[in-house]
Amino acid sequence: MTKTPLQFRLNGAEKAVFTEGGQNLLDVLRREVGDFAPKYGCGQGACGVCTVLVDGEPRLSCLTLAETVQGQAVETTSGLADGPELHVLQTAFMEHFAAQCGFCTPGMLMAAKALLDTNPTPSRDDVVEAISGNICRCTGYEPIIDAILDAAHNRRRSA
Amino acid sequence: MTIAVRTFSQLNEAASAIASDRDAAFFGGGTLIMRGINEGHAHISAIVRTTDAEFRAIRTAGSNFEIGAGATMSDVLANRELSFLHEAARAVGGPAIRNMATVGGNLFARSPYGDFTAALLALDARVAAAGSSGGRETPLADLLRDRERNGHGVISHVSVPRPAGGAEMRFVKVSRVKPKGVSVITIAAYLPLSGSRVQGARIAYGAMAPTPVRVAAVEQALEGKTLDASGVAQALAVATDGTSPASDPIASEWYRREVAPVHLKRLLLGQPA
Amino acid sequence: MLEFRKEIFADERDDNLNEIGQPTQRQDMLGHVTGRTRFFDDHAFEGLLHLKVVRSPHHHARIRGIDTSAAERIAGVRRIIRAADVPHNLNTLLSLIGFGRDDEPALAEDTVRYVGEPIVAIVADSEATAYEAVNAVRVDYEVLPHVLDVEEALAPGAPQVNPAYPGNAFEYHDLYNHQKLRFGDVEKGFAQADYVLDERYQMSPIEHAPTETNGSIAAPETNDRFVVHTSTQALFFSLGTSAKLLDLPSNRLHFIGGTVGGGFGGKVDTLTEPLSILGAMLTGAPVRYVLNREEEMQAGPPRGAERWYVKDGVMNDGRIVARQLRGYFDAGAYTRLSSYAVHKCTAHIPGPYTIPNVSSDVFCVFTHRTPATAMRGFGVTGVDFALECQMDKLARAIGMDAIEFRILNAYRDGDMKAHRREAKNCALIECCQVAAEKANWPIRDEFKQMSSMTGGGGERAIMPVNAPARYDAPQPAAAQPPLQPAVAPSAPPPQPAPAAQPAPPPAQPAPPPQPAQTDQKRTYRFSSVVGTRRR
Repeated sequence: MTKTPLQFRLNGAEKAVFTEGGQNLLDVLRREVGDFAPKYGCGQGACGVCTVLVDGEPRLSCLTLAETVQGQAVETTSGLADGPELHVLQTAFMEHFAAQCGFCTPGMLMAAKALLDTNPTPSRDDVVEAISGNICRCTGYEPIIDAILDAAHNRRRSA
Repeated sequence: MTIAVRTFSQLNEAASAIASDRDAAFFGGGTLIMRGINEGHAHISAIVRTTDAEFRAIRTAGSNFEIGAGATMSDVLANRELSFLHEAARAVGGPAIRNMATVGGNLFARSPYGDFTAALLALDARVAAAGSSGGRETPLADLLRDRERNGHGVISHVSVPRPAGGAEMRFVKVSRVKPKGVSVITIAAYLPLSGSRVQGARIAYGAMAPTPVRVAAVEQALEGKTLDASGVAQALAVATDGTSPASDPIASEWYRREVAPVHLKRLLLGQPA
Repeated sequence: MLEFRKEIFADERDDNLNEIGQPTQRQDMLGHVTGRTRFFDDHAFEGLLHLKVVRSPHHHARIRGIDTSAAERIAGVRRIIRAADVPHNLNTLLSLIGFGRDDEPALAEDTVRYVGEPIVAIVADSEATAYEAVNAVRVDYEVLPHVLDVEEALAPGAPQVNPAYPGNAFEYHDLYNHQKLRFGDVEKGFAQADYVLDERYQMSPIEHAPTETNGSIAAPETNDRFVVHTSTQALFFSLGTSAKLLDLPSNRLHFIGGTVGGGFGGKVDTLTEPLSILGAMLTGAPVRYVLNREEEMQAGPPRGAERWYVKDGVMNDGRIVARQLRGYFDAGAYTRLSSYAVHKCTAHIPGPYTIPNVSSDVFCVFTHRTPATAMRGFGVTGVDFALECQMDKLARAIGMDAIEFRILNAYRDGDMKAHRREAKNCALIECCQVAAEKANWPIRDEFKQMSSMTGGGGERAIMPVNAPARYDAPQPAAAQPPLQPAVAPSAPPPQPAPAAQPAPPPAQPAPPPQPAQTDQKRTYRFSSVVGTRRR
């Protein structure tokens, strides 16, 4: 079976793996690299649990052909904390009870990070739009929206 | 089953590669092809893609905009001159999908998907194929009519006429899931106004036929009319003429037909969706 | 924000509690926000194989033949598993507590009974190869007539769904084809009522749609055991069910679960573990079997559909004097947990209201639909929907406020419930009062003053002398009186959809069941709904 070398940065660290034709980025992250934070939920772009950032932009890793991230920077929830210091979004999710089963959380956090990185003062509508591709079946979304707004607020205050 | 990935720096090379391999699929943003692979439905031996920057460019050409078929929904949203297409681009998925899904790919999305294409239809867009027949533009409606039969080529760009002064572009995507869901019906309306009267309206539906379609009966019924309750009455009466909506997990054919005039009315009267 | 109404039932509660009433952090929250929580699929195995199944495209068909030769030739296919490879290919989920007959195979033997039923499993090096092989399997079907409606399934001549229950209804104690409740005399109650309302309700199946689909990974472990990482919500159900289907002592199975990416009841049916383990046994390698989204939606069990006929007699002063229910739970093709749902439902009837005359007949019906399972309050949700719609209609009909109407009829401490148990720890009145206050819904002062702790008992605690004696003695299902179709005195029952006439209620009782097989494991009274329990 033909394998293609693939180099990219994952959460700041260089990775070099071999990818098979047609393999998606999620599969590479989980099976080849061992980063299990992004999840597989639907394989069709409906749920958002596989959301990662590619060069800072949110993408669905299950629909991303692995080879297309050659030389690019991929971010997942595994790299969100700064060592033992949680990211402001992680703290806000904890404080607002924004996770129950936790399966949507890694994707939700990356969608939220993409928002805060480009828009430090999001409105509630901005937050809803930013996570509109991410399904949560437990919380009813309100705690998540509150957490993201609170994280934006906290980040501005500490900046 | 191995899928070969063939990446070309020039669009024309990619188009030639596709032309010579019936089992290859052209890869735009991946949201359709990767889904098929993930679910075991993609019966392809090769993926052909291009890194050609031109393929993704958006430029002005006279009174037209040429949108590269590889431009993503996010690219459209980032272009201020294309504001008349922003609502349609925003209707496609969440931010992650919009960073991936391309204008060209949307032309081939199966119903009930393809919302952006409905807007392009209402704008009387034309499409150009890459490769040997490159450059020649054909009506989008022709491509849609034949896409299941001839769906083996590469579109290089979509040419969209700049809306006339005084014309309004309206768009609504009706979903049962808020804020984002799959389309029950999508309506795009290009409404040139002469004084207060409609002249030369173009109305297109998504999810009301196997491909996005223009609704000629509605367009004719609007000709010379004002956009008020009595002016649109005739258009609403023929709202589903010539459509053939499907029953799918999102909605039944019956339901789509029932709600089509309701949403058409709201759109034409400028009422909230 | 949470608000504690400590003034309500203050003397019944000890408020010197350290945890209750105090906010507390979930113990798994840090794992969730750091992405470190390990769900069943978040485990790496060297040489992991992937299992996918061939599923029935038909509601009901006989399998004339299965041709796997093309699939076998595909490089990377490690093993093809057929029904004959499953050591003990028949089970029912609640057999672990001796409730019901074994009625469901892990892989269909000679008949498929719902769209999506698994027939053949493929174990391959990659998911792509497994899919390719699944697509290459040819199954020769003889399509058979099917039935998708609960009342049609009970009508004479209906196609038989499940051979374990020839009458298309679950049989309780091998005797009764439905759960029956009789309290007082409803006919007398209707005769005395000022107003009678007879309505029909139904609820469609509902998919749980968890973000994580059902799945498991099984791998050979030390000491001839198998480790199983699973999405199950019911670890020991899944362990016991797998052990039974595979004819293994349960101590050879090491199940790891409990971290579930959304369950809501849809992950109690042990859909994947037996085949994952069997795949690992037959290949000696770790095997992963995960439903894709389409499979989860089509073949994953939903909350079952229900249909209800509710007939109530009410006095002009607001008292409900009679309530008669006839309900049908759509189990789909196999029992799973629907038999229990009917039991639980019957224990809930007539809702949280003191009604002197109650009659109820609830059927667990087999149809050629996807087997149904648990979902958040299953057994109670559908009938509550029907009953509370009915309560609103009754209140409107007699010109009474809907909340006052509920307060008037609510259980009070000391009342006799239709199940011949005393009502205790009642709180519906207080809930109604607080809800009305929060919604700025005006209710009269006398209703604001009412309490669950006063006004109960006395006459309301009298056990009625049950009218028709024929209901008292247990009889075989065949000897039961026919159920009369409900007749609406006021308005015709609502139509479910244009052009679709509701199926006529069965004019005859369901066909008599075959005598239980003599080697059938004896069934026991299911106990969790009959014991006394405090709220």
